[in-house]
Amino acid sequence: MITLPEVLSLSALIFCISIAGIFLNRKNIIILLMCIELMLLSVNMNFIAFSHFLGDIHGQVFVFFILTVAAAESAIGLAILIVLFRKKKTINVDDLSSMKG
Amino acid sequence: MIEQVVFYLFSGVLVFSATMVVVMRNPIHAALFLILAFFASSAIWLLLQAEFLAITLVLVYVGAVMVLFLFVVMMLDLNNVTSREGFIRYLPVGISVAVLMVVAMGLVVGSDYFLGDRYLAIQQFDADHSNTRELGLALYTQYLYQFEIAGAILLVAIIAAISLGMSKLKINKSINPDKQVFVKKHERLRIVKMKAETKKGESEA
Repeated sequence: MITLPEVLSLSALIFCISIAGIFLNRKNIIILLMCIELMLLSVNMNFIAFSHFLGDIHGQVFVFFILTVAAAESAIGLAILIVLFRKKKTINVDDLSSMKG
Repeated sequence: MIEQVVFYLFSGVLVFSATMVVVMRNPIHAALFLILAFFASSAIWLLLQAEFLAITLVLVYVGAVMVLFLFVVMMLDLNNVTSREGFIRYLPVGISVAVLMVVAMGLVVGSDYFLGDRYLAIQQFDADHSNTRELGLALYTQYLYQFEIAGAILLVAIIAAISLGMSKLKINKSINPDKQVFVKKHERLRIVKMKAETKKGESEA
């Protein structure tokens, strides 16, 4: 029998791994996008765990909407990435800051 | 018992592949490990009786989003571009932040609030129970407007992605008769002076 704390700690672990990934791979935009996908996955797992253990379908509806928005986000992010690469020939985050801030 | 074994198996796969996504040098390998992570978590969602969303995760994420990722990674040809300068430099910061968050979340998850018998009363559904039907009932009655907004968001995403992708493409190849009428002879015709051509055999003879 699976218990709620097991699932919650699994998703917390995934979330922390992806946060570490954002810190470690801050040069490479593609890996950053993948880490964001992993974070969304762990959040979805929390929603589904609570939906299962509370016997409530509404958590799964939330996961459905999160999946929709995440798909839209990654599609637009990758399109922006392609345009950036065409213009600048790089995806290094440091080379992309053209504003003097 | 068997449930727990399966759960821990797929949890191990999930944690391993998430770690590999983070530490992999090659973006293609990272994307492939991310696909493995999606498969493992879809199996865990099946265990939690969210069958529709598990299938959706495989179809939408592995079938569409990750293929898009792989297309982009291979299209950009990053082999000579990707560098990981700063990976070692940020390693202590990243690991300390991660450990801090693991401790904080462990304190929350391990508290008495979640550990009691409060969440043990699960209803195990029968084999003929349809998760899709239940989710559809909630989506098309209570969440109808939100569902339509989600469709609008997807439409906006399609339009934005296409218009970003083909910003430089010129599709229209029609001629402009206005300019065509005013063409002068010297703009199109060039007269070159040259010797008269002869056949090879005749010139030698």
